[in-house]
Amino acid sequence: MTSAIEKPGAHEHYRLTHLKALEAEAIHIMREVAAQFEKPALMFSGGKDSIVMVRLAQKAFRPAKFPFPLLHIDTGHNFPEALDFRDKFVDEIGERLIIHKVQDLIDRGDAVEDPGAFPSRNRAQIPTLLDAIEKYQFDALFGGARRDEEKARAKERIFSFRDDFGQWDPKNQRPELWNLYNGRSRMGENIRVFPISNWTEMDVWQYIMLEEIEIPDLYFSHKRDVVERRGQLVPVGDAPFGAREGETIVNRTVRFRTVGDMSCTAATDSPASNLEEIVAEVAAARASERGARIDDKTNEAAMEDRKKEGYF
Amino acid sequence: MATETTSKTDFSTDPNANKGMDFSTDAYLDMDLLRFLTCGSVDDGKSTLIGRLLYDSKSIFEDQLEAAESASLSRGDQRMDLALLTDGLRAEREQGITIDVAYRYFATPKRKFIIADCPGHTQYTRNMVTGASTANLALILIDARHGVIEQTRRHSFITSLLRIPHLVVCVNKMDLVDWSQDKYDKIREEFEEFAARFEITDITFIPMSALTGDNVVNRSENMDWYQGPSLLHHLENVHIAGDRDMIDPRFPVQWVVRPQGDEHHDYRGYGGQVASGVFQVGDEVVALPSGMESKIKSIDIGGDPQQMASPPMSVSIQLEDDIDISRGDMLCRTHNKPISGQDIDAMVVWMADTPMKVGKKYTIRHTSNEARCVIKNLNYQLNIETLHRIEEADELKLNEIGRVSIRTTKPLFFDPYRQCRVTGSFIIVDEQTNNTVGAAMIIGETS
Repeated sequence: MTSAIEKPGAHEHYRLTHLKALEAEAIHIMREVAAQFEKPALMFSGGKDSIVMVRLAQKAFRPAKFPFPLLHIDTGHNFPEALDFRDKFVDEIGERLIIHKVQDLIDRGDAVEDPGAFPSRNRAQIPTLLDAIEKYQFDALFGGARRDEEKARAKERIFSFRDDFGQWDPKNQRPELWNLYNGRSRMGENIRVFPISNWTEMDVWQYIMLEEIEIPDLYFSHKRDVVERRGQLVPVGDAPFGAREGETIVNRTVRFRTVGDMSCTAATDSPASNLEEIVAEVAAARASERGARIDDKTNEAAMEDRKKEGYF
Repeated sequence: MATETTSKTDFSTDPNANKGMDFSTDAYLDMDLLRFLTCGSVDDGKSTLIGRLLYDSKSIFEDQLEAAESASLSRGDQRMDLALLTDGLRAEREQGITIDVAYRYFATPKRKFIIADCPGHTQYTRNMVTGASTANLALILIDARHGVIEQTRRHSFITSLLRIPHLVVCVNKMDLVDWSQDKYDKIREEFEEFAARFEITDITFIPMSALTGDNVVNRSENMDWYQGPSLLHHLENVHIAGDRDMIDPRFPVQWVVRPQGDEHHDYRGYGGQVASGVFQVGDEVVALPSGMESKIKSIDIGGDPQQMASPPMSVSIQLEDDIDISRGDMLCRTHNKPISGQDIDAMVVWMADTPMKVGKKYTIRHTSNEARCVIKNLNYQLNIETLHRIEEADELKLNEIGRVSIRTTKPLFFDPYRQCRVTGSFIIVDEQTNNTVGAAMIIGETS
């Protein structure tokens, strides 16, 4: 790409690589949101997609500060490494971070954990997110979701409208044409915006490599205690993430392709310890990234159902 | 649905599947992007074709295949229904229909591809126009047994209306007509004859069988009379760099980047995405609507300096002089300006259940600008099957297309859509529901 900039003149030299074209699209979307909405926020989890989103926001708004804060819906089930990374990262970029905790809502009785001995906090994120929207009066939230992740997302718009209850109506979406985004909404409605909708898992990794973006060590190969549970390698740690009855803890060389809650993210056996190796591994992978998300396996329409309820 | 389904083994036994996709790190960082549109109805083999492209480029993962397979089995299908890979919503799976445009992704070492997969049944116009608006290329499937049908004409017309630069006509199911060159030639002749009425500059014909894979990824051995490329080879090599307008500089200002701290207190960048033409540091530019002139002091992306910007780059531009510019304004060249006006003549595709009425007021979004407008006149509605003009029409209903005159409350800076897709298009928004109800392609100023 830099060569295209250094040698303008011939038509071919104006060529943009696919990553630069995707980057340009994402910057455009972020600026549209900043201009069309009063109070946006950027959902930040410390995962690779949200880190890429922050890089794109820097491209859109630097040298100025972001015209919105970062928002972390903290489930309390995070990998400790992810939280450490988050705090260091936010400090370095010098932006505001709002942390809204699922635990606070559970304590207040406004969210309930799933029943059972090993509850996922995936569903409890929904009221927590809606509570944050109400408290801070956010009218637009950026998310790092991609259409290649899951079938329901493949049909979701880049500007995705939610009603007063945060619900998504897949059959009633606004047409989205050219690079024109219609952000008009009524009081109470808000939107989720997905600037990297058109990126694939591979694009994200390539971009991290191209831009030399720092990501948590969890993504690189390391030794970790895991158990095999329903055919997946589940990380174990302090309670409530310990091994269950009958499970044997093994120490294996693994990495994470995706980083969510400790309670619902599986590791993969991998020796990939740098970005080049990860890109090669992703290219050869025969399972999708979401396959490592235990929460999406509940039923075939799991994601669609959660989105309709207000999930990201 | 029988012709839409194919078994998993059809793919896995194919010796050519998954070959030739060795990526190197360098290749990854030097690919370009092609967005294409597939249009067709349930039984022309579209899902099979997409399934094959995705599978052969390793873009379908095992767990996705397994999920589709187990869903097919639990529904009682004999073989895996490939449409289950793309039909994402519960209602679609339950009813066996496709509701909406679905976006699919695959890559080869040469290019990354974004497929806008448009359903062919009801609402096809609205969906196809949506998918077509960002496409570089359209892929139209023709069943070799049936030849050019009404639907082929509709799809070709929309390709031409939305000015998709490249068209590939896939004459599919050649296996069912004994790989007959005669059949193919007839279809090609017939298509060329009616397509002469459209403005489509680049048309490529490929005889193929998506089911057997002939001419999809690899050249067919059953059709040695065909000397052209396979579909994938064509998609990888079709020349798209020349599709962009590098002559007419247009930069709609989206956002003013103005740091508050002391460190950058002199910085004032105009953020936007280049619509067309090339901007370089030192260029003389004029800002619309003010007409104030200045020179480009710097171009940057997030503070990272650039020598120039071409479409579709998103950059920030600083000017030598401190002139008043805000969102909705446009930078261009003194001797090369867009039309500035309030009376616009456009082709409109209507996308809402409530019809477009003459005399009604709407809001429009055009580049980074927003204005109110009134529909002054519906000159004619176009019958897209016959291309006849219905001059007595007084409203446009869902999926109808017409030539419309509008007047805006303030001047807009626009070009004919045929010259620039970005400055030549706008969307129409209903002020009560906030819905996007129309898509418009500008012909010019109303005379």
